Amino acid sequence: MQVSNSQSNTYNDSVIRQFSIMAVVWGVVGMLVGVIIAAQLVWPELNLGLPWTSFGRLRPLHTNAVIFAFGGSTLFATSYYVVQRTCHTTLFLPSLAKFTFWGWQLVIVAAAISLPLGFTQGKEYAELEWPIDLLIAVVWVSYAIVFFGTIGTRKVKHIYVANWFFGAFILTVALLHIVNSAAMPASMMKSYSAYAGVQDAMVQWWYGHNAVGFFLTAGFLGIMYYFVPKQADRPVYSYSLSIVHFWALIFTYMWAGPHHLHYTALPDWTQSLGMAFSLILLAPSWGGMINGMMTLSGAWHKLRTDPILRFMIVSLSFYGMSTFEGPMMAIKTVNSLSHYTDWTVGHVHSGALGWVGLVSMGAIYYMIPRLFGQKQMHSIKAIELHFWLATVGIVLYIAALWISGVMEGLMWRAINTDGTLTYTFVESVKAKQPYYIIRMLGGLLYLSGMTIMLWNVIKTATSGKAATATIPPVAAHA
Amino acid sequence: MDINTLRILATIASFVVFLGIMGWAWKRRNTSDFKEAANLPFTND
Repeated sequence: MQVSNSQSNTYNDSVIRQFSIMAVVWGVVGMLVGVIIAAQLVWPELNLGLPWTSFGRLRPLHTNAVIFAFGGSTLFATSYYVVQRTCHTTLFLPSLAKFTFWGWQLVIVAAAISLPLGFTQGKEYAELEWPIDLLIAVVWVSYAIVFFGTIGTRKVKHIYVANWFFGAFILTVALLHIVNSAAMPASMMKSYSAYAGVQDAMVQWWYGHNAVGFFLTAGFLGIMYYFVPKQADRPVYSYSLSIVHFWALIFTYMWAGPHHLHYTALPDWTQSLGMAFSLILLAPSWGGMINGMMTLSGAWHKLRTDPILRFMIVSLSFYGMSTFEGPMMAIKTVNSLSHYTDWTVGHVHSGALGWVGLVSMGAIYYMIPRLFGQKQMHSIKAIELHFWLATVGIVLYIAALWISGVMEGLMWRAINTDGTLTYTFVESVKAKQPYYIIRMLGGLLYLSGMTIMLWNVIKTATSGKAATATIPPVAAHA
Repeated sequence: MDINTLRILATIASFVVFLGIMGWAWKRRNTSDFKEAANLPFTND
């Protein structure tokens, strides 16, 4: 055990410890709110008749908590972990890194207070009002300075591919957030978008889809490119493929947003453009999935004994599945059936619970013992149990919403011979109730897995203590 | 120049750049560099 290490030859892991623990805590909170609103859809009285606990206010709380609090904290933790270890240097400006932690937690708390109170800009995944938006911008620019500063001061020649993905995620999210949040404040907690009409909608979904493409994809591919090779103990399958699919994602993702606005006032050519680029996206997405999966070639037996690796590989399967489903749903004729139905919600959750959730959990299970000077997590059996609860939960969730979504879409478009609608809207709502119950149970399973993870993480952290990791000397790789 | 001509040129230029990246990624001369980069996660242990 090294005691007296100077700042310069050890990695800065304290901010990573903070972000990893908070990722798990916010994961439990965000998923709990998700289960509550899933239950409200089955039993509407569960909104308690209060404005603060109504579906319309809790739903953005759920999405913000799971995407930005759970996913965001995971991305901060993993990117700081990976960038130091693949650049052989400590974090650039440690005090600014510390600020990104406290700043981001402040954003989360501000969201958790302001959303139930009803303050919202009314833009999906960009609901937070302008003062919070400003804070996000400051934290994000600090994050970019810390991350790119660390890359700039690296002691190795190459910039490892995971850092390319993290870098693209950080840059793009800065751009998206600043452009889409441009607004004219009317009072402390009320503002009006800088854009109007269909332009506003297009800017919003340019932001919205790239939030998926860069926050929830590029960032988590960065996680995949470091933690899958580490856990499988072999380098990535094809470095060339990683470069090509990286640039293919960058060139295409930006144009896919219009598929959220099929059959709206958006010009037809823009819709077709969005559809075409969405279809092209299948190739780079599957490039990443294949690259991750094939990293295991020759070591598939490890899946039998290693639940952490299983989290990562099943995550990649869900990534492959949802990036096949996404382009298919972007085809206008398919979209005319799927849009506004539960199918969309199911699709998002196969990506969110399956891909983003599982790969995050795998990476956190990898980091926690190392950050707290332990050989492994407190209980491997509990990781195993978490894996099965999560997987069964996802399958129940998405299968239920596939059925209810397609059913609902078919009911909406059913027409009698005289041209009148076969079903009233409320009949389609009523028909969905059994599937909403299954969906809630799926979510409950997923949440219970996350709670077990929290217990396991606390046990591991409290029985260990903050560990210091040494940077390899420069001569070792000159 | 018509704005659409400019758009077409930008699209074609992007595509050519992408083809260039593909050629570079699979060029034989780069394989040892890529191998070195791919092993970066393993240089700490």
